[in-house]
Amino acid sequence: MSARTILALVGLVVLAFALSMALPWSSIDYLFRRDPVLARGLLVELRLPRALLALTYGAALGACGAAVQAIFANPLASPDLTGTTSGAALGAVVTAYLLELASPFALSLGSIAGATGALGLLLALSGPRAETSTLLLAGLAISALAGALTTLALALAPSPFAFYDAYEWLMGSLVDRSLAQAAFALVPAAVAILLLWRQVPALDSLALGEQSAEAIGYDIGRVRLWVVVLTAIGVGACVAICGAIGFVGLVAPVFARRLTGNRPGSAILPAALIGAALLLAADLAVRTAPLGRTLPIGVATAVLGAPFFLWLVTHMRWKLGP
Amino acid sequence: MSPLVTAQDLAIAGRLEPSSLELRAGELVGLVGPNGSGKTSLLHALAGIPPSTGNVRIAGQITKGMHPDHRQRLFTFLPASRDVVWPLKARDLISLALPRGADWAKVAERLDIGALLDRRMDRLSTGERSRVMIARALAPDPRLLLLDEPIANLDPLWQLLLLDELRRLAHDEDKALLVAIHDLRAAAEWSDRLILMSERQIRADAAPSALVASGLIEKVFGVELAGADLRLRLADRQSSP
Repeated sequence: MSARTILALVGLVVLAFALSMALPWSSIDYLFRRDPVLARGLLVELRLPRALLALTYGAALGACGAAVQAIFANPLASPDLTGTTSGAALGAVVTAYLLELASPFALSLGSIAGATGALGLLLALSGPRAETSTLLLAGLAISALAGALTTLALALAPSPFAFYDAYEWLMGSLVDRSLAQAAFALVPAAVAILLLWRQVPALDSLALGEQSAEAIGYDIGRVRLWVVVLTAIGVGACVAICGAIGFVGLVAPVFARRLTGNRPGSAILPAALIGAALLLAADLAVRTAPLGRTLPIGVATAVLGAPFFLWLVTHMRWKLGP
Repeated sequence: MSPLVTAQDLAIAGRLEPSSLELRAGELVGLVGPNGSGKTSLLHALAGIPPSTGNVRIAGQITKGMHPDHRQRLFTFLPASRDVVWPLKARDLISLALPRGADWAKVAERLDIGALLDRRMDRLSTGERSRVMIARALAPDPRLLLLDEPIANLDPLWQLLLLDELRRLAHDEDKALLVAIHDLRAAAEWSDRLILMSERQIRADAAPSALVASGLIEKVFGVELAGADLRLRLADRQSSP
């Protein structure tokens, strides 16, 4: 992939970020003329964390999605379909409502632990180089289990408002987060993406087959462990702050691989950029859509992403069919 | 002449009993044995693919933990599977994880894959994919080639062309080759030495003519190697080891 393509993607992300900060323009413009201090406050305290979270979460989902697809050798693997986000949500809910630890740090740790558990369980259930059906069924089972346990945890929570309280967060939301909260997602996600980047040559070599990659000299067992841990950290930290947002981790790598000639590892960086642009755009759409109220962003990505997933499944069935 | 490759105590639990062998530069060694006799496992152990154990030295250097670029200059491995997961173009597949500066234009020419380079791997036939993957194994110009069934899936012409090329690599370019071959006749005809495996261990290691004369092939396979023809000898199957 050429440097020009990467630059174009970076430009796209910068544009989406700038639009996310600036739109809707009329209110900002009006405020800046009336009260510049308040306007600056609005930009820094409200819009900046939101845009940063969209950027971070999208990039983490894209990069981790690409890495997970590479280790499972399957384009349908992604953090949400494999139960990773559900596991992270379960971890965060247990931490917040049963252990009653509400600090962002505790939530992040709980979330990352839940995500690690879910991804580890998936690897144990479906094995490496999973068949699509095994992978999806195991992921479905883990998602269902984590979802049920999340509901159970909320039902057992001492707080009577737990359900109502957790609802919006579980749907995935970037609204009303502080800059400090954004940092709690940004730092682990950035570390995870940078460390995943170091695995690019090993993940690319997996396209030759696991045995070839090992003969070349890559310790694939260790690579797999890295990807599981880093995905849990990157996605888990974002889920702790913003709840579960689906499908970006599935869609972004598919587009990214078109730019890398289907090299699975090299797709990590473009997938991060595409994921960031997608989530910034989705957030912009839910904020500016003339519906009279703001939709949870998780709903928007699911409404747009689920048809894409269906297309991917039928496309693969057609391709793999007799 | 000291051997290029020395391997000691190669083993994989349940698949390969502890085995040792030496390979010399300039020698094409055929690896034969019935299904499940441990040919693939021996190649895996030499290539250091987990969960194998043992020590492999190539040109005096221990291959375990070596940087991929350096390692591929010493040896490469062709797996038995010709499946590809991602629909890469043949050109992109060959350049995956290739050591810096590896020039594979001549390899592509010898395997006549020029016309396949810009096509996607999943749209090639199994035989065409085989040639591309063999080219990938040859591309780093390694000193040792470990090839698992390279002539499987190839048409008769390409089987001969490839065996000829492999022998040329051994004799003219002084490489060591260990090649698992299912076709006993081809193995006996093209190899400088044969390693015979059965029941997860090396049973014999000798020149093809000596091995044929020993009668061990007949014992292990239950077939008779007579001139250019292989005749099944079903009667001896019961007394096979």
